[in-house]
Amino acid sequence: MEIDTSAFTEEAYELLSELEDSLLELEEAPEDEDLIGRVFRAMHTIKGSGAMFGFDDIAEFTHEVETVFDMVRGGSIPVTKTLIDLTLAARDQIRSMLDASAGGDPPDEAKAQTIITGLRALVPGGGGGGDEGSANAQVTTPDTQQTGGGKADDKATTFRITLAPSEDIFANGTNPVLLLYELQDLGPCNVVARLGDLPHFEELDFEKCYTRWDIILSTNEGENAIRDVFIFVEDECEIDIRVIDDDDSFDDETPKKLGEILIERGDIKPEQLDQVLHAQAPLGERLVQAGVVGAEKVKSALVEQKVVQEKRDNRKKASASTSLRVPSEKLDVLVDLVGELVTVQARLTQTSISTHDHDLQLIAEEVERLTGELRDNTMSIRMLAIGTTFNKFRRLVRDLSKELGKEIEMTTAGADTELDKTVIDQLNDPLIHIIRNSIDHGVEPPDVREAANKPRVGKVHLSAEHSGASVLIKVMDDGKGLDAALLKRKAIEKGQLPADAELSDKECYMLIFGAGFSMAEKITNVSGRGVGMDVVRKSIDALRGSIDVQSEIGVGTTITLKLPLTLAIIEGLLVKVGDESFILPLAAVEECVELTRKDVSDTHGRHVINVRDVIVPYIRIRDRFEVKGNSPEVEQIVIAEVNERRVGFVVDHVIGQHQTVIKSLGKNFEHSDEFSGATILGDGSVALILDLQRMVQFVQVEEVDELNAGQP
Amino acid sequence: MAKKIMTVDDSSSVRQMVGLTLKGAGYDVSEGVDGQDALNKLKTAQVDMVVTDLNMPNMDGITLIRELRALPQYKFTPIVMLTTESQATRKQEGKSAGATGWIVKPFKPDQLLGVVKKVLG
Repeated sequence: MEIDTSAFTEEAYELLSELEDSLLELEEAPEDEDLIGRVFRAMHTIKGSGAMFGFDDIAEFTHEVETVFDMVRGGSIPVTKTLIDLTLAARDQIRSMLDASAGGDPPDEAKAQTIITGLRALVPGGGGGGDEGSANAQVTTPDTQQTGGGKADDKATTFRITLAPSEDIFANGTNPVLLLYELQDLGPCNVVARLGDLPHFEELDFEKCYTRWDIILSTNEGENAIRDVFIFVEDECEIDIRVIDDDDSFDDETPKKLGEILIERGDIKPEQLDQVLHAQAPLGERLVQAGVVGAEKVKSALVEQKVVQEKRDNRKKASASTSLRVPSEKLDVLVDLVGELVTVQARLTQTSISTHDHDLQLIAEEVERLTGELRDNTMSIRMLAIGTTFNKFRRLVRDLSKELGKEIEMTTAGADTELDKTVIDQLNDPLIHIIRNSIDHGVEPPDVREAANKPRVGKVHLSAEHSGASVLIKVMDDGKGLDAALLKRKAIEKGQLPADAELSDKECYMLIFGAGFSMAEKITNVSGRGVGMDVVRKSIDALRGSIDVQSEIGVGTTITLKLPLTLAIIEGLLVKVGDESFILPLAAVEECVELTRKDVSDTHGRHVINVRDVIVPYIRIRDRFEVKGNSPEVEQIVIAEVNERRVGFVVDHVIGQHQTVIKSLGKNFEHSDEFSGATILGDGSVALILDLQRMVQFVQVEEVDELNAGQP
Repeated sequence: MAKKIMTVDDSSSVRQMVGLTLKGAGYDVSEGVDGQDALNKLKTAQVDMVVTDLNMPNMDGITLIRELRALPQYKFTPIVMLTTESQATRKQEGKSAGATGWIVKPFKPDQLLGVVKKVLG
């Protein structure tokens, strides 16, 4: 907030002229307390508002005069001619400082210093108070700025605050509830009011505060921020602030038991707790006494409990000593660096080959080997077991099935399968949608299941397994399965599909991933709005993964997500078309065959080739991306598996395998859907990485459009 | 309805600054030029909070606080004192007279608003 300083200067000039009169009068009547008070207040006001309006120099200087006059007021300094002279000089000095701020000549610093020294000399004991005083001038109010949001994250510290206001707290206008609100601004707060001291109604004095509060607050602000809340009331309240959980606490540590907490708070004594605890027999004994179970069975169960506990403890110890926690940003940097290194290594290899220097080639080979190992190791550091993600869904399944009146058991397999952290993070939402869908649309209600001779309790099975450079994540349910014909009809009804569309069952299943597609007859909280499954598709596409659906009516549905192990580096096949280089993901490539001019003329220009008696359609990359130049006599077709079909990609030359460090194309090219990124080659040039799936999709759409356009 | 706050200070620039800050935050602000003036005005026009200087002619801030607390209608009203003295004695004096809190001068608009929020809600 900008405040006009003229208000201050005007007032200050006025005060200064008054001050002159007061001082001259004071010289005549040195005992007049009223006059002394007036001088003091003038100085006080100039100092106070000067500092507030940013005139720090004036405030500091005036403070010296004020200090002296405070003592004059208190009677420890007599009014003398020297004092009047110095104060008059000080008054003139302040005036010239004001003039200077309005554009006048700068004030005489030496003169100011002389005045200050003179004034300090008047203070009994050598004027030591000056320095302490000037420090006071700098003191500001406790920082009461609001901490916006009042959020707390995992790193937050949890405090236990006990607030016991004095009974008379209301008498100075304090409303303790406001303090609680203020605490809430610091972070999530649990407040428990203790009303134990509340007297009987007849004895109740409405002007007194009988309530005490226990507050559990999690905040990122420190203890001082909490103390600031109570700054006005710390003398009238008993306030106890204790850290009960912070970042340093072990996550594995069992939270304190109720008894321990009560003792720590001083609510009960240890002996009392022991008494109560011992009055109660252990569960086992009570069960035996009740005749529910035999004593030896209890003993056996206790042994089991003990063994498991010991085993867990040992495991915890072992894992604690061998694992290290590292912030994930550090790993991201490491992955980036390894990526750079791989690129440089490729250049080294290329250079060494072109120089025909045998020794250099040996070194380059060694570097290549080491870089490969380094890359694999770095990638493996980022790998996390998917188990924790699976476990999160147990709650989801439980809550959802309850809400929908279904009985569902969730099982998992392959929880220790490892995936890149980024992939795991981005997998959470798609999996939630798929599981919801399975529970809502897949698994039938218990009575329906029983009528269909199925077990009453439905099953949702989550599994993860490695498959080459990919990980397969499956969500299986034993529900009613997808009805391909029904799906198709719905899509046609909604105009998402032409009425005469011919689709395989699998293509029908994929319709559920279309935007706005919904099978639900009525919209529930869970699903039915047709958002969700298209999000799944988008997320999986973004991860360069693919989706497969298998289903059988009455038996169940399995949705399989195929995901790359890592996002940063892939094995690619480097190809050339004219002067341009492209990378095809090697994982998809099946084989390379030649395409001669004769092959082309044999098929009458239709883009298909016969490979060992199987007809394979192909896409000419030269034509697709309008690469300049003529194709060579014999071209190469890279045959890849895309959406479970073999598709060829025609290129000029196949260069070979290439470790591809994926670089994003950046914002300007974010709509270049047919490329999933770019990479830098050994010679420093750029190669685009083809997104084969998208390319095939686009070509198919265009062909359909062309066909439609060709029809009258 | 906007809450009413009275600022009491013999310095017009302080009154102006406090007034501008509080008006900017949506409060209804009235002014008193010293303790006596404020007391007279406050007796007839009830406010929700008082921000008062301590050193003033005619009636100082501490006396004003004491006088106000003796009035039934100001028994529980938040009263904040403006003070340059950060010494405990002055604050203590104010507190025992019945002040709710204090603001040490010089202060920034945000700090004033922070304290007002703290005691007035």
